[in-house]
Amino acid sequence: MAEQMTGAEMVLRALTNNGVTHIFGYPGGAALPIYDALFQQDAVQHILVRHEQGAGHMAEGYARSTGKVGVVLVTSGPGATNVVTPLTDALMDSVPLVVLSAQVSTTLIGSDAFQECDTVGITRSCTKHNYLVKNVNDLPRVLHEAFHIASSGRPGPVLVDIPKDVQFAMGTYLGPDEIGTTRHASYHPATDGDAAAIAAAVDLMLRAERPVFYTGGGVINSGPQASERLRELAELTGFPVTSTLLGLGSYPGSGPQWLGMLGMHGSYEANMAMHDCDLMICIGARFDDRITGRIDAFSPNSTKIHVDIDASSIGKNVRVHLPIIGDSGLVMAEMVRIWRSRTNAPRTEALAPWWEQIAKWRAKNSFGFTNSTTTIKPQHAIKRLHAATKGRDVYVTTEVGQHQMWAAQHFPFELPNHWMTSGGLGTMGYGLPAAVGVQVAHPDALVIDIAGEASVQMTMQEMSTAVQYKLPIKIFILNNERMGMVRQWQDLLHGGRYASSYSESLPDFVKLAEAYGGKGIRCSDPALLDAAIAEMLDYDGPVLFDCLVEKHENCLPMIPSGKPHNEMILPDFTEAIGDIIDAKGRQLV
Amino acid sequence: MNAHLLPTGSPYFSVPETQLPERHTLSVLVDNEPGILARVVGLFSARGYNIDSLTVSETEHDRGLSRITVVTVATPKVLTQIKLQLARLVPVHKVHDLTAEGASLERELALIKVGGTGEPRSEALRLADAFRAQIVDATTESFVFEVTGKPSKIDSFIALMAPLGLIEVVRTGLAAISRGPKGM
Repeated sequence: MAEQMTGAEMVLRALTNNGVTHIFGYPGGAALPIYDALFQQDAVQHILVRHEQGAGHMAEGYARSTGKVGVVLVTSGPGATNVVTPLTDALMDSVPLVVLSAQVSTTLIGSDAFQECDTVGITRSCTKHNYLVKNVNDLPRVLHEAFHIASSGRPGPVLVDIPKDVQFAMGTYLGPDEIGTTRHASYHPATDGDAAAIAAAVDLMLRAERPVFYTGGGVINSGPQASERLRELAELTGFPVTSTLLGLGSYPGSGPQWLGMLGMHGSYEANMAMHDCDLMICIGARFDDRITGRIDAFSPNSTKIHVDIDASSIGKNVRVHLPIIGDSGLVMAEMVRIWRSRTNAPRTEALAPWWEQIAKWRAKNSFGFTNSTTTIKPQHAIKRLHAATKGRDVYVTTEVGQHQMWAAQHFPFELPNHWMTSGGLGTMGYGLPAAVGVQVAHPDALVIDIAGEASVQMTMQEMSTAVQYKLPIKIFILNNERMGMVRQWQDLLHGGRYASSYSESLPDFVKLAEAYGGKGIRCSDPALLDAAIAEMLDYDGPVLFDCLVEKHENCLPMIPSGKPHNEMILPDFTEAIGDIIDAKGRQLV
Repeated sequence: MNAHLLPTGSPYFSVPETQLPERHTLSVLVDNEPGILARVVGLFSARGYNIDSLTVSETEHDRGLSRITVVTVATPKVLTQIKLQLARLVPVHKVHDLTAEGASLERELALIKVGGTGEPRSEALRLADAFRAQIVDATTESFVFEVTGKPSKIDSFIALMAPLGLIEVVRTGLAAISRGPKGM
């Protein structure tokens, strides 16, 4: 029903019509009409953040743990520029976000007005799409379209810039069904894969002797049913499964065919299986440089099938033999159907030599480490944290660096949407606000941010948001008093000259937690670790856990820069770490 | 202008390039909305693609559509990426590779100002006639010629005018359309 209302009221109506119950934001001059409309309704709850970057990452955590669109509301100028990092993060990791930014009035645009910036210009390259709405009657269509574009196809962030006079103006509101945004003139993302291509893929799978499933965030983004199809497909075929950092949880970490994460800090068996396979079935992953290592030596003898909803991901970095453009869940469902129509018997015998080979690689125990009774090893801390939370509904977020890789290696996930980390952009400061967003979506779940002492300080102010909304997030800081990954690379590449990688003048995290109104716990003794973790988990409120760990632990295994998969450094590596990377590899990041 | 030879800045991709770069004309049908040109041009600069020529104008007012003709030089692998990346933009309706899809017509218009008196002036007039250039402005010591044709024809006309008193040149960039009855 067409209804007259102000632009600000349209925003709230469009949010409820699109199923939004929570938004993350920060007010300001240009956004005041929308805030006034927010104040006069109850359907949408607003979470007041401390910095707009926090709002963006909270919305990302919310979106990734629910599969819904995360929504952010910010003011013009600095409000908008502060969400550029989360927008870029969401674009790289395909997270559905709708960011509503206020803008100065249309009459002031271009005059360098107070808190004016070219928001659509600044965010054009870090959004899937963006809009500046100059006429209030365009606003309903644009808002519905924004939700449709953010959540369909390869998900991503969409920004809608709304000038203040448009928020005040009266116009005609139409709902999503009345406008029919799904019949968009030029935006038609692929869904079903080509049937002949899927049948050809199954033919290749039926003949494969050394196959591997290489799965990514696309399986998670396709929804929980896609993870179910992956599990079904893995069981039917008997093929090993590995996954990217963003794909963790789509196949259970306790599953018999699980090889562990692949890539730069992935397991030896996963990377060797990728290198030596005869058939690679890539589903919803994009052959990122952290995965491939040296690209001209990447899996030299395999036939590659690539399933992706984004055609431009196919053939971008690696030449594939059989592209399938479509939704990973739908394509896998079709693969399951065709496989069943061809055979009932698993190909156990044909795959036996391959599994024997994998067992030999597994025996290297590439995630192994030397434990200590005097200092807490970071890997050990994560293993104990996992043991203490087993059986609970636990969601994990991370910051970026060594702790993130150790979490991916040592904290196995059984379910999709339970692991939130910044993969593509590698945004330090992601984990704490993301945990807040996850906790908002899942008030009764256990939400843990596995953090580093450097990263966590980038968005520490959101601790205040957690306290305000009584969100009992647990921030588990692996404190080595160093930017550990930077230090590790300085060891590898720069002769151990630790330029600016020492965390000088650290705050007292226990006192800091108390200053925010949360709880602080410190532990440096391996013998007391379990009790301290239990204390953290038992506390009903936000906790900063300062876990003092071994300071110079390197994150291994590792594919050094410029090396192929089969030249990984393993934990028992004894040569000088500074001598492995050649001159060309030094240029790489 | 050699950006196409380095698909990205990362040496991860420093695979010896075995394919040779080719010049292709792409026709891109887009919504005529604010920022669309910035979106397309931004895509080319952000991903290190090459633009040799770019022509934009509204072509179907009722449907609010514009056509962008872009000439790019890239290896076949990068060309495929360019087309897929363009197609991924929300306001892009269609991307056609006119060079790959068979016969197409390519035209460009140039306005060329030539100064001089006496024999060079007469020679410029004779050449203009041979190239079917129109005189659209004249003074006793200058002409502005309008010449239309394939870019190569315009190149040769400009080259011939150079020694005869060429003052300045403006070119529209390429407009291209496929031959035959079918449209985009």
